[in-house]
Amino acid sequence: MTLKGKLIAGLATLALTAGMAHAEGVKVGMITTLSGGGAGLGIDVRDGFQLALKMAGTSDVELIVEDDQQKPDIAVQIADKMIQSDQVDVLTGIIWSNLAMAVVPAAVAQGKFYLSPNAGPSALAGAGCDKNYFNVAWQNDNLHEAAGAYANSAGYANSFMLAPNYPAGTDAIAGYKRFYEGAAAGEVYTQLGQTDYAAEIAQIRNSGADSVFFFLPGGMGIAFMKQYAESGVDIPLVGPAFSFDQNILQAVGDAALGVKNTSQWNKDIDNPANAAFVEAYQAEYGRLPSLYSSQGYDTANLLLSAIAKADVKDADAFRAALEAADFASVRGDFAFGPNHHPIQDIYVREVVKEGEVYTNKIIGTALEDRGDAYAADCKM
Amino acid sequence: MRLTGAVPNFLVFAALIAVAVIADLTGNPYIVTLATKVAIFGLAGVGLNLALGYGGLVSFGHAAFFGLGGYVAAILASHAASGAPVVTFPFTMMGTNEMLAIWPFAILVAGFAALVIGALSLRTTGVYFIMVTLAFAQMLYYFAISWPTYGGEDGLSFYVRNTFSGANTFAPLQFFGICAAVLGITMILVALLTQSRFGLALRAAKENETRVIASGIKPFAIRLTAFVLSGMVAGLAGALFADLNRFVSPAMLSWHMSGEIMIFVILGGVGRLAGPVAGAAVFIALEYLLGPVSDHWQALLGLMLILIVLFAPKGLMGLALGRRGHV
Amino acid sequence: MLLLAEQVLNGLQYGMMLFLMAAGLTLVFGVMGLINLAHGSLYMVGAFACAAVAAATGSFWLGLAASLAAAAALGAMVEIVVIRRLYSRDHLDQVLATFALILVFSEGTRWLFGSFPLYLSLPPVLSGAMTLPGGLVYPAFRLAIIFIGAMVAVGLFWLIGRTRLGIRIRAGEADREMIAALGVDIAKLYTMVFALGAALAGLAGALVGSVQSVQVGMGEPVLILAFVVIVIGGIGSIRGALIGALLVGMTDTLGKALLPGLFARFMEASAATSVGSALASMLIYVLMALVLIWRPTGLYGARA
Repeated sequence: MTLKGKLIAGLATLALTAGMAHAEGVKVGMITTLSGGGAGLGIDVRDGFQLALKMAGTSDVELIVEDDQQKPDIAVQIADKMIQSDQVDVLTGIIWSNLAMAVVPAAVAQGKFYLSPNAGPSALAGAGCDKNYFNVAWQNDNLHEAAGAYANSAGYANSFMLAPNYPAGTDAIAGYKRFYEGAAAGEVYTQLGQTDYAAEIAQIRNSGADSVFFFLPGGMGIAFMKQYAESGVDIPLVGPAFSFDQNILQAVGDAALGVKNTSQWNKDIDNPANAAFVEAYQAEYGRLPSLYSSQGYDTANLLLSAIAKADVKDADAFRAALEAADFASVRGDFAFGPNHHPIQDIYVREVVKEGEVYTNKIIGTALEDRGDAYAADCKM
Repeated sequence: MRLTGAVPNFLVFAALIAVAVIADLTGNPYIVTLATKVAIFGLAGVGLNLALGYGGLVSFGHAAFFGLGGYVAAILASHAASGAPVVTFPFTMMGTNEMLAIWPFAILVAGFAALVIGALSLRTTGVYFIMVTLAFAQMLYYFAISWPTYGGEDGLSFYVRNTFSGANTFAPLQFFGICAAVLGITMILVALLTQSRFGLALRAAKENETRVIASGIKPFAIRLTAFVLSGMVAGLAGALFADLNRFVSPAMLSWHMSGEIMIFVILGGVGRLAGPVAGAAVFIALEYLLGPVSDHWQALLGLMLILIVLFAPKGLMGLALGRRGHV
Repeated sequence: MLLLAEQVLNGLQYGMMLFLMAAGLTLVFGVMGLINLAHGSLYMVGAFACAAVAAATGSFWLGLAASLAAAAALGAMVEIVVIRRLYSRDHLDQVLATFALILVFSEGTRWLFGSFPLYLSLPPVLSGAMTLPGGLVYPAFRLAIIFIGAMVAVGLFWLIGRTRLGIRIRAGEADREMIAALGVDIAKLYTMVFALGAALAGLAGALVGSVQSVQVGMGEPVLILAFVVIVIGGIGSIRGALIGALLVGMTDTLGKALLPGLFARFMEASAATSVGSALASMLIYVLMALVLIWRPTGLYGARA
């Protein structure tokens, strides 16, 4: 035990001196999910972020990446470590809303900047907003709202709604209904992590619905779409991009073909920044970028644009530089609203097959310059 | 208490304090945080060990008590911050952010849950007991996920660590000191308890139930008492864990958490007073040291655990002590 | 009415799916008294082997064979290297060791196959929906799962009850020393049983994985469900596992289908959906607790 104690203390001293050597520049702590079932999302965010740093060729940013194992308590402890021991200036990387809720309020209260590359819980967009918290992805409701708007334009008047029974799930259905004007053929909350959807599909079949809105992230969505395709029910599906991400689509296969989904990004958005990103990403990692990769990439570029304008130690100037969002986003126009959440277009995509690869193509715009429903509650 | 038995336990405890103090002096607050985590999980493990190690009651549901303790702390603290009363009926109760006021509530709530769960579960034995305790913990887990008042799956933040008069709980070493003191006191109480008539009866009920019944003792009452005490300690640990993170979530109630606490106990050595502390220390140190080695560090961790099981059948404390010092 | 019939069929189907997941676990538990937390990992290995081979060869059936082979081989290997040393140990050492195996298998799989879910789909003969007598449209694969689950149940009853291997297994359960004295190589017997249990887990992984998500961590919820099933049924009893699985399947499916509607009769609609679904997800644990309080060794477990 004492030997182990010495070992740890020794290693820690080493780490400290190593940290001292790089006191210049901006120190960024990335807390993200790199092990376990949810690792794919964290890896994409990290890879997108690192690609942007590499393409910028900058040595101003020192990036520390740590695995949160998708556990909120681990994320909090890593954040404490990064703030206390590593003395980072900026935190980023968290994928999941529940982890963000655990980490972000305490981090910004200690004067750190937090740039969210994925999670956008409503609590941090409204009354709980903070001047040092910037969301570079979306407010959680955004893609669901866009799905609701799309449902109207597609003429759907009787939607069946399906989401897991947890806060993000209830937010999803609330977001959909905020824009959707038709009737509800049914509203079902499934168990979080559920893998068999026979009971729900039977309810859909008998509901008389003309459309099905579903929010089932990760493996839940894969299972649902496969079983739905086998069920012989042919009511059209619509949902947010999370179940139609580049990496997930390959696992769903034909069952997803033709399904409409909403996203603020796609690889065919026509602008030079996006073209350069998609090409460089494929060259670097040998796979197509996902939604999450694009968000990681944009987060890094936002950060770089602020570093170019202001010193991170001058918090007010640095915040102003972030607020300007003076970078070429891969999704085209990008600006921050008053609560530091994006104002952006949200597109409707359709799942298609290009050669052997399943992917999305944009077929329209669901919402233009959409901010979020909570900005009014935010007093900074 | 025999000296040979007490010394190793004291050494484990002293080593933990030494690590925290050295880390603090060398400017490594994160190591202090990890040591705090060891103390808290060690405490939860000491609690579980009371049921599992001494009583042979393998509970796979201690996350229920750990999580309840955590939620009690977080709910009281968040109500103290917002000023809204926790309950208004049948009496008005306000929140508080004073640890010494929070702990008794955490202990009582966890103890009451342990009383109900234990009374129902103790009808079963062996693997059935493992699973029925899991069942109760899972019910609480799913309830916490879908109950929106206190954040559901998102959990509940209270941002500022609760206070302890005379200490600055924000300073990592001082918070560690509080946790270590609670751990130390609990270990002494558990040591006294296991040496008492009650402890002997509990162990006898584990070894040979019929003889215990023949001598006029009711094993059910003994076991239920041990289970409730065990749940109370886990609840206290949960309250401290909530304060460590200034945050609670249903993850604290999940079966992974039950499993983790149990792993610490087994790793350290079942039925040894400081075993859970040693187990938690080694597990958390491995996690910390292996993390930077590879993205696939969990595989390395798994391999090391397998080696420990194969070559240290009585846990780490057993390995260190050989055949002697059976406490 | 048709909806209710479909939900009952869904419950039966889900029960059979659970039985497939639990069959290997109850076999290993019953014969060797081993708590194998890594059962879910073997399930995952089966699914990944099936997906990888099906992708390489284009044949689901070759993939299915590969899943059996891979899970059985891995099971035998793990039994010889690790598990064998733990039979005489406390249950708790088995828990720690097989927990460690989960970590190794999960990260090993992620290292081999990457962090993204794999593609695995049903062969054409099992895909699509059929119309049953009475006008009910039902997916073919769900009928196939009911059928295969029933075949596995019959196969196991036959194996345990009617074959030489079964006689040895039952003898080993009853008296280890005696059967060793009779000249049966008990070590080999245990390796075989463990490999068989692993193969059953692998088969379930491949079949169920083809309509779910083949990803790292897919085995963990399965593990808990499988334990729930065999504990309700009574550990080591194949019949118990079957009854337990059907009971859990029915409870879960009908709970999900009916509870929210039931609550809507006396509550506001959205609250009813939320409370109903919350209760539905707890229902199988309530069932388990009730069964065990009523019968402390499960429905068909040996009486203490």
